[in-house]
Amino acid sequence: MWLRNKWTVIIYLILAIGALCMVFPFVWMVLSAFKTERDVWAYPPRWIPSEWRLENFVEVFKIIPLGRYFINSIFVTTAITIGQVGCSILAAYALARLVFPLKSIIELVVMATLIMPFTVLVIPTFIIVYKLGWVDTYQGLIVPFLFNGFSIFFLKQFFSTIPKDLEDAARIDGCSYLGILRHVIIPNARPAIGTITLFTFLTEWREYMWPLIVINSARMRTLPIGLKYFIGEAGSEYHLLMAASLLSTLPVLLVYILAERQFVRSITFTGLKG
Amino acid sequence: MRGLGTNRKHLRDYLAAYLFLFPSLIIGITFVVIPIITIIPLSLTNWDLITGRRTFIGFENYFYLFQQPRFFKSIINTFYFAGVKVTLDLILSLFFAVLLNKAISGVKIFRIAFFSPVVTSTVAVAMVWIWLFDPSLGPFNQILQFFGLRPLKWLYDPRWAMPSLILFSLWKGLGYDILIFLAGLQSIPQELIEAAMVDGADSWRTFRYITLPLLSPVIYFVVLIGTINAFKIFEQVSVMTPGGGPLYSTGVIVYYIYELAFQSGALGRAAAASVILFGMVLALNMVQRKVGRKYVVAE
Repeated sequence: MWLRNKWTVIIYLILAIGALCMVFPFVWMVLSAFKTERDVWAYPPRWIPSEWRLENFVEVFKIIPLGRYFINSIFVTTAITIGQVGCSILAAYALARLVFPLKSIIELVVMATLIMPFTVLVIPTFIIVYKLGWVDTYQGLIVPFLFNGFSIFFLKQFFSTIPKDLEDAARIDGCSYLGILRHVIIPNARPAIGTITLFTFLTEWREYMWPLIVINSARMRTLPIGLKYFIGEAGSEYHLLMAASLLSTLPVLLVYILAERQFVRSITFTGLKG
Repeated sequence: MRGLGTNRKHLRDYLAAYLFLFPSLIIGITFVVIPIITIIPLSLTNWDLITGRRTFIGFENYFYLFQQPRFFKSIINTFYFAGVKVTLDLILSLFFAVLLNKAISGVKIFRIAFFSPVVTSTVAVAMVWIWLFDPSLGPFNQILQFFGLRPLKWLYDPRWAMPSLILFSLWKGLGYDILIFLAGLQSIPQELIEAAMVDGADSWRTFRYITLPLLSPVIYFVVLIGTINAFKIFEQVSVMTPGGGPLYSTGVIVYYIYELAFQSGALGRAAAASVILFGMVLALNMVQRKVGRKYVVAE
């Protein structure tokens, strides 16, 4: 018993050290968001602010349109998530349940897009968006992401597991295709749809490379792009950078801590299936 | 009569299927299929974003790339990042997952601590790390000096810039792999472990001969996805070491492609470099599949 206790203590000690290392940058961020400029320049570096300056947050909003960046990010991410999940549900239903010509070819193409990383296709995709005149527009940020091979594939796998009898019963009752989708498939696939929705939202919320390329004007910047330019503009005004960083990470972290279980399921589920 | 009814039902099926597929098909063809088809032809032109010039020039872009020391450097940097990051990540995440699996209570708190960096946006936390790494104002050097070690120039030192980026990326991504391993560990039947223990195997042997083989599909997954993602690394390079770091020590291939296309406007050359990147990802995929077939214990 004593041996067991000793090991338990060691395990918890190592875990605690690990967790402390992981949390340390966040602690530094929170403390430093309230520091004065003098604290930033202090040598050796000051850990606890000499006075807690709330004005940093006001100042950030004066220097950069953080609110605008937030709204852009929320709008673009929501539009992509709803659009992508919607399109994928429709496509996945057709692939899982209906019989039609060229089905196997379409399935093969969807699978083929999975091995092609988007990073490789950035150049030709940019040229298409450029030719459509969508550079520096919302549609340029949103539309290319409404198709996602993984979302279609993931939902199709799940739809295939729903018993066919349910669908036949609904059909006998006179349900249309859309009716079956709405009353049979979607209610039975709720966990899978929830998982892919959360996963898509998280991925698109953090999207960096595409908006960096497609957006030129300051008013179109999403949060990550706005912050990237702020780093250049703020220079060594680290306290303001920390205030901006805190403001932008806090909402995500709060949602994560509140909905931890769903996050974990979404990540491990899609991860293992991916 | 019955045959006609079935036919009509089939036609209705076809129509419904294509209506349902329509949005995905049209967007998928425009923004994924056409780029896949056109990327190689594109890499054979001198398409220039600034002048709008565009003629067929054969393999000249590839010859150009192979004469650029910066291009080779970017490939070496990519392998450096991927090799070190994936290895360390595998060891650390497996280690912490095994410990977490043994912990009886408080697992949720540790999970939140390890996973928080994963959910935050890279730019937002990279801002914090830029300060942590700051040679004169940052706390990392203060900590080093506290232990009597020489302070480093971190992101400003050609030798340390890449290790600094790797350190940041490890911190950022570790929680994801820990969760994947934790899920894998929890799916191992407890009876197998107990049976081994009853047969007199110690903890290490049980881990080595029971847990590890059963976990091999998960390890394979983590390494495969981890390497592909490491090959695509761009964001932290662009945010933390703009310009590719001191002496281009952190300029990875995707960053090189980005510079070519959107700073020099050389879309043709950038497309050629993208094709090479894809070749690398594909080759890697095939090698790992071979290795996987040899060592992964089938479920």
